[in-house]
Amino acid sequence: MAEEDLSEMAKDVELHLKLDPPLSANNKPSRSFKTSSSSSPPPCDTSHVLENVLENVLKFLESRRDRNAVSLVCRSWYRVEAQTRSEVFIGNCYSLSPARLARRFTRVRSLFLKGKPRFADFNLMPPDWGARFAPWVAVTAKAYPWLEKVTLKRMFVTDDDLALLAASFPGFKELVLLCCEGFGTSGVAVVANKCRQLKVLDLIESEVTDDEVDWISCFPEGETHLESLSFDCVESPINFKALERLVVRSPFLKKLRTNRFVSLEELHRLMVRAPQLTSLGTGSFSSSTENAGQGEQEPDYASAFRACRSLVCLSGFRELAAEYLPAISPVCANLTSINFSYANISPDVFRPIIRNCHNVRVFWALDSICDEGLQAVAATCKELRELRIFPFDPSEDSEGPVSGLGLQAISEGCRKLESILYFCQRMTNVAVTAMSENCPQLTVFRLCIMGRHRPDHVTGKPMDDGFGAIVKNCKKLTRLAVSGLLTDKAFSLIGEYGKLIRTLSVAFAGDSDMGLRYILEGCPKLEKLEIRDSPFGDAGLRSGMHRYNDMRFVWMSSCRLSRGSCSDIARALPSVVVEVFGSDDDDVDVDEDNADYVEILYMYRSLDGPRKDAPKFVTIL
Amino acid sequence: MNLSSIKQLASTKPHFIFTINFSITNSFPYFSSVKMDEFVNLEATELRLGLPGTDNVCEGRERVSCSKRALQGAAENETESSTMKTETSPPRKAQIVGWPPVRSFRKNIVQTKKNESESEGGRGLYVKVSMDGAPYLRKIDLSCYKGYSELLKALEMMFNFSAGEYFEREGYNGSEFVPTYEDKDGDWMLIGDVPWEMFVCTCKRLRIMKGSEAKGFGCDV
Repeated sequence: MAEEDLSEMAKDVELHLKLDPPLSANNKPSRSFKTSSSSSPPPCDTSHVLENVLENVLKFLESRRDRNAVSLVCRSWYRVEAQTRSEVFIGNCYSLSPARLARRFTRVRSLFLKGKPRFADFNLMPPDWGARFAPWVAVTAKAYPWLEKVTLKRMFVTDDDLALLAASFPGFKELVLLCCEGFGTSGVAVVANKCRQLKVLDLIESEVTDDEVDWISCFPEGETHLESLSFDCVESPINFKALERLVVRSPFLKKLRTNRFVSLEELHRLMVRAPQLTSLGTGSFSSSTENAGQGEQEPDYASAFRACRSLVCLSGFRELAAEYLPAISPVCANLTSINFSYANISPDVFRPIIRNCHNVRVFWALDSICDEGLQAVAATCKELRELRIFPFDPSEDSEGPVSGLGLQAISEGCRKLESILYFCQRMTNVAVTAMSENCPQLTVFRLCIMGRHRPDHVTGKPMDDGFGAIVKNCKKLTRLAVSGLLTDKAFSLIGEYGKLIRTLSVAFAGDSDMGLRYILEGCPKLEKLEIRDSPFGDAGLRSGMHRYNDMRFVWMSSCRLSRGSCSDIARALPSVVVEVFGSDDDDVDVDEDNADYVEILYMYRSLDGPRKDAPKFVTIL
Repeated sequence: MNLSSIKQLASTKPHFIFTINFSITNSFPYFSSVKMDEFVNLEATELRLGLPGTDNVCEGRERVSCSKRALQGAAENETESSTMKTETSPPRKAQIVGWPPVRSFRKNIVQTKKNESESEGGRGLYVKVSMDGAPYLRKIDLSCYKGYSELLKALEMMFNFSAGEYFEREGYNGSEFVPTYEDKDGDWMLIGDVPWEMFVCTCKRLRIMKGSEAKGFGCDV
């Protein structure tokens, strides 16, 4: 192998896989590499056979962490692993270039790319920041003609990108776009039309512009391979007759998630034609006004649900007419996943429904179900693993129908809980502590007390003790989001006990740089750190120098950082890209007083240095 | 079929009624960037009406009245009393960008729902009302009424007449005036025969008939 390849690989291994400098320097020399100056001898027959065997064995290995470990054994294993890895996951699209991907992995069938950091979801990032899919589709179109599956999260995807994708991969089977934007119904139409092997087309929480294209009609005639079709985020009407015909000619369809332009009557027609569905997004779940006045006999919705014997996942309810909700009763006992988070359901309507849902494992809802509703969940859903309660009125001073009462009830009833996201107006340390004690399986704890700096509403004390209890008692915790009034003490507890935490979200919390130091010095597994509006400054940032190479990214906005310290980091860590920018995309002609002030810092490790597509408002230090 | 031909096709189609284009920037109505120096104790320096020390919760805002409509069930009592308070209160303090951390997609959906329910509730289902013998027409907003009794009372007050009593079989008894409406199909129907919700959806205009013409409505057809 040529010298450059070796050092490239070594760099890959070092940075991407968090290894110490290459083992080859210290290991016993093996046959496949001598000194780096001469090219290695051609592999002899034995090693060919071994590689062959290895290739066949590695085909069974799917987990990327296992594969990363395998690739570290020696160069031969590295090479074979690279040739057999068919699913590639890239957690930050700017951590490497598409060219590098194509060089290392030769037979990729499935690509998962993540783009913008999560805080971009909340309008904290100016538009046109980047994370374009275009360079990736251009490279993979040539490198992986047999690509079958693409999953993108928070990427900017254009119609042209989708057209190129549809044209380049004849065997393309699965497209999943999560929280993406930049494309419209015309791009979707091309994919529907050109990808003849398409099994999965899932548009989830993405922004899809309405190009006034009837994309449903663009699916080719004849039987399709469709197994999953999700378009509940598409905010434009669809051609229902075409959808009905599509469903009829898709015998393998298991998951169908319609958008809010599908009425209850239309849903009924679909269900009758597809009783084999396992997952259903119910669209508006209200009667279209056209039918309301005609006095026609209403379809028997309950029996349509009864006929769907395999239905385990329900979502939608975008414009719920509550009087129809009981129609789902026949399937309640089978449901493992319910998403009511777009439906304003009151406790009285909710309780009779949830009473039958003994098998629910994933439950998302609005806080309109109130503490009462949560108590009902706690009483019935003993298998609950994941709970998400979103605010109906997402503002700081709204009523707040859920509180520590509901949280505590859940903790007492749902002992197997692993993941929780809970929005509320007020909380107590007692309730949070109770959850830490009752739910030892928690891996994800995200509590959002919507009032900034709000203390425990009973004692008036900071929420330090509650979050402290969480990190102390939940020994499997890997993801934590904190809120409410928090002092540096909370962070010292997180640093002390949060040894497995990989993702940490902080907002409006802490007193001083010490808070940041505690985290950076204490949490060895930390990969993703996102902080906003907290009094952490240069000293805190500097204290993490030893960590940034091992982290996927750090986001700090509206903190107390200066350009100087960010430049220092950039200088000291050449493999970390340090971006600073403001929250508007205006040119940064800032007043001189604030010229040194960093509004947003976003830094991430990268194998290929600073990106070339950064917009003007982004400064890469 | 390629992208350009699809786009061409689209431009020749009749426009959909709904063309909702999202922009990711700031669809949330209340926001302002918070500079770091304002970070310190906003509440103490905030100007608002009301006695010092009164609770922050329930500050006035339009959306509370929207959510009053949207909410169903037991929660209503609580909200109604707070709505009363908020109607004359000052606008709420400005929101911070991106806080609470709810995806704009979720906020938009809720907003859309609120706007729609708001419009359904008070969008002004205005229909013309004529009365036989009266020189001019009136207009009323059907969505202001919760049922027939309210509507009829309003009509009676507006035109100064009495409709008599409604019987399912005989229609209106005890008066020479009969309230009728024209429905979507162009037929003239007796007010009160169909469920209220259906009536509101199908009613095109009202007519208070008088005299002999009215009598025809009193019999079973």
